[in-house]
Amino acid sequence: MPRPEIQAPPEIFYNEAEARKYTTSSRIIEIQAKISERALELLSLPNDGVPRLLLDIGCGSGLSGETLSENGHHWIGYDISQSMLDVALEREAEGDLLLADMGQGLGLRPGVIDGAISISAVQWLCYADKSSHEPRMRLKAFFGSLYRCLARGARAVLQLYAENMNQSEMIMTYAMRAGFAGGVVVDWPHSSKARKAYLVLTCGPPSMQTSLPKGKGEDGGMCSDDDESGDDESQTVGIYDRNRPRKKLKVNKKGKGREWILKKKEQMRRKGHDVPPDTKYTARKRKARF
Amino acid sequence: MRLLTHNMLSCNIKGVSNGFPLRLEAEKWVEKEVELNADFLRGIFPKIEWKALAGAARAIGYDALPDEADASMLDSDDFLSHFHHALLELHVEEGTLVCPETGRRFPINKGIPNMLLHEDEV
Repeated sequence: MPRPEIQAPPEIFYNEAEARKYTTSSRIIEIQAKISERALELLSLPNDGVPRLLLDIGCGSGLSGETLSENGHHWIGYDISQSMLDVALEREAEGDLLLADMGQGLGLRPGVIDGAISISAVQWLCYADKSSHEPRMRLKAFFGSLYRCLARGARAVLQLYAENMNQSEMIMTYAMRAGFAGGVVVDWPHSSKARKAYLVLTCGPPSMQTSLPKGKGEDGGMCSDDDESGDDESQTVGIYDRNRPRKKLKVNKKGKGREWILKKKEQMRRKGHDVPPDTKYTARKRKARF
Repeated sequence: MRLLTHNMLSCNIKGVSNGFPLRLEAEKWVEKEVELNADFLRGIFPKIEWKALAGAARAIGYDALPDEADASMLDSDDFLSHFHHALLELHVEEGTLVCPETGRRFPINKGIPNMLLHEDEV
């Protein structure tokens, strides 16, 4: 079955029938809950028991929001599908829900949000419904507005299913351009079923960041879905400095002097080659880009 | 939609520079009790735009909030309880949010504001 993202735009794909699965399938519910717990963990909120104001982007049926509520936080959820939000209402989601398109910008005041999570949603921004410019503009609007509304030191953890490397890179690029630092934490990188990638983004100068946690699957622990054995290594990709080092200037070696060149020319003459005569121009220093 | 969320929302239409606060026209609202957490209130207070909160509360008929507030008032239990009630316990179920600059109306149905922009507004 092809990916949801190429079947239809999200507001159409997540119709009533699809949304229904999110109330009835215990497997889906369990997986979503686990992913949400992990995302919340990666947010690294201070462990002081103070409720925070968080965002759940692509909150859908409210499953991930439930994790936030269970941990005592207040949250604002964004989703583009009315059907999914209706399910969230049925499940009595405690956060405030907004029918909105994240690609249009989040529309929040600057610096007011303590953290943001997103479960399996951001990759939808990469699919063009109308024109080829669209994904780029939408990614820009999304990450720009997300960066602005987050308080200093706050994090955004986006779990997503990128279709391929190009997509991951595109998403990452726009996140960095918006001002975020951070990287990707991958849990269970060697299991195609269990593998989950979390884009962990931080606001504020790199010195304020704590280091990215290691992805799960590092200690050789087995994930239940996977019957592959062997070492599972974690993967953490950090992106810290957008400024690439300048290209090194060509090194100015002393080079071989006039004497050496004259000697070589003499050698070649003895061999019988045709060698230009030695003049005052022989071994003269030429311009660097000869 | 609670007034906490209303206090954070700003109009997103292209070209709008003064999209906050969205004017609240409430037709139906309910009260849902929520446990008061003073730590949360103290933490969120600096981020709240007080005038917008007081104005929105008044639009729902809740007048107990003072017109202006500063951090010292957080020591008063009375103030905290009014603040808590307005911020977290009042839910607008049906109504409209209106952009102060363009007049664009965002309807609220079943407590969910529809913030989807049209193609030409992006």
